[in-house]
Amino acid sequence: MNRTLKVASLVAREVWLPVLLVAAWWWLSAGSTSLYWPALSEITDRFVDLWFFDHLLEDALPSVVRLVTGFGIGFAAAVVLGLVLGSVPALEDATRPLVEFMRALPSVALLPIMMLLLGTDDDMKVVTIAFVSTWPILLNTVEGVRSVDPVLHQVAAGYRLSTWHRIRYVVVPAALPQVFAGARVALSMSVVAMVLTEMVGSPGGLGYFVLDSQRTFDIVAMWTGLIVLGLIGYAANKAFGLVEARVLAWHRGYTKQKEDQR
Amino acid sequence: MKAQTTPDTDAPDTGAPGAGVTDPIMQVRGLGHSYGERQVLKDLDFEVGRGELMCVVGPSGVGKTTLLECLTGLRRPSEGQVLFDGKRIEAPPRGLAIVFQDYSRSLMPWLSVLDNVVLPLRSAGMAKAEREATAREALAEVGLSDFTGSYPWQLSGGMQQRVAIARALAYRPAVVVMDEPFASVDAQTRADLEDLLLRVREHLGITVLLVTHDIDEAVYLSDRVLALGGKPAGIRQLLTVDLPGPREQVTTKALPRFAELRSQVYRLIRHV
Ligand SMILES: Nc1ncnc2c1ncn2[C@@H]1O[C@H](COP(=O)(O)OP(=O)(O)O)[C@@H](O)[C@H]1O
Ligand SMILES: [Mg+2]
Repeated sequence: MNRTLKVASLVAREVWLPVLLVAAWWWLSAGSTSLYWPALSEITDRFVDLWFFDHLLEDALPSVVRLVTGFGIGFAAAVVLGLVLGSVPALEDATRPLVEFMRALPSVALLPIMMLLLGTDDDMKVVTIAFVSTWPILLNTVEGVRSVDPVLHQVAAGYRLSTWHRIRYVVVPAALPQVFAGARVALSMSVVAMVLTEMVGSPGGLGYFVLDSQRTFDIVAMWTGLIVLGLIGYAANKAFGLVEARVLAWHRGYTKQKEDQR
Repeated sequence: MKAQTTPDTDAPDTGAPGAGVTDPIMQVRGLGHSYGERQVLKDLDFEVGRGELMCVVGPSGVGKTTLLECLTGLRRPSEGQVLFDGKRIEAPPRGLAIVFQDYSRSLMPWLSVLDNVVLPLRSAGMAKAEREATAREALAEVGLSDFTGSYPWQLSGGMQQRVAIARALAYRPAVVVMDEPFASVDAQTRADLEDLLLRVREHLGITVLLVTHDIDEAVYLSDRVLALGGKPAGIRQLLTVDLPGPREQVTTKALPRFAELRSQVYRLIRHV
């Protein structure tokens, strides 16, 4: 009972504003005859039609798969590379300008060259997503690895930890809060890259759906596509937050305790 | 096990290499260290006997931590050498465990108390069941059996330092080297930890080399006190503490001999 109440209040706190806005939208758009601003009731009707389940399986699912694959590849590459660069300062100093440059490149600007090199299919889409997600994670991983307390390195040396155990139990956990901070940024950039690659690449996916609906003046469908995109972005962030809360459970308590001491 | 040292007499000049003990586990020969141009340690010669408890005492900044790092193989000294069990130290040897000064930085905040103690045993290649049993035993030794699942930062400072001590004990070292291990806890906790150290050392028969700036602590704990002083720092004296054992916070510190030794050390390290 108590627990149910607690969950209910948490959910209420999360959704009260969206619910309010949707209600306002519904009310303001009711009976609209504008081509560009259709009534929300019309959008929801089409939404059910379109997305359960034809376009969910044909467009949304492949989009999500590309997003997860690209982001996963970028994440793994960034962490491995970051561990190396973070452990070898000379190498890091030498490559830093290059990494900063890559990080600063907007994903839109990459599209022409990616299409030239990889065509317009899944390869191009996934590689672009992986590429844009790599740099923010890489920079943060390097920072995290470098910020490992020197006392912990002394502990590791004094107790003769093997190289693998140093990485696994000292360096990686110490760097992980920073890695996740970078990954959060990378995730938003990945969603942008996903939409962009689908808009310019071969047909299919949410980006293509939205653009194609607009081109064919099916504005209502376009609106449903935007809603799906928003929901997917939101879900991706939530999922990420859950993983983070699990992996960094110690960190939350630790920082809170440090603050309380002050 | 009883400490078996044959310390030399109170001769003030114990710089001579011949001033040895019968069964040394660590031998320091002509040790000196400079940071760049600046020489911190100069011409140190001494030996630590197997089973002995030796305190290195000196004012802050004299070079105690530097000495400890050179002794454990964490730092390569610019002159001289250190032998551990007769072999020259290049890197920290297996038979040696270190307790660092700052417990809040030397424990991994992402590992539970038990996992912190277990970690060195993993790399030592101990099987899972054995390393857990060993770690639990060490935690019981320091009175932390009820906190194995906690994170270190959930514990008080004194308890965290006990975790660090348990980690050292579980490693089953011949020598435990400690850098001002009780410097940042309150007085009562400090007294408790000192007695804990005396008890486990008696129980396990380990050699202890403890660095401190606290003269009372040094005299109270030690079989011998090595007084560091000067710039660059050298051995002022290697002094045998002829107080009866077992030591006890109130009665030992009330002995006239305790007061004598304490002022002797005080004069040694103060006098530049
Ligand atoms: N890594 C270092 N580089 C340069 N100087 C150092 C370093 N570590 C310590 N020192 C200097 O050497 C002297 C001795 O330091 P330390 O061994 O830490 O003394 P203690 O532990 O007795 O307080 C101090 O003056 C300190 O500033
Ligand atoms: Mg020091």
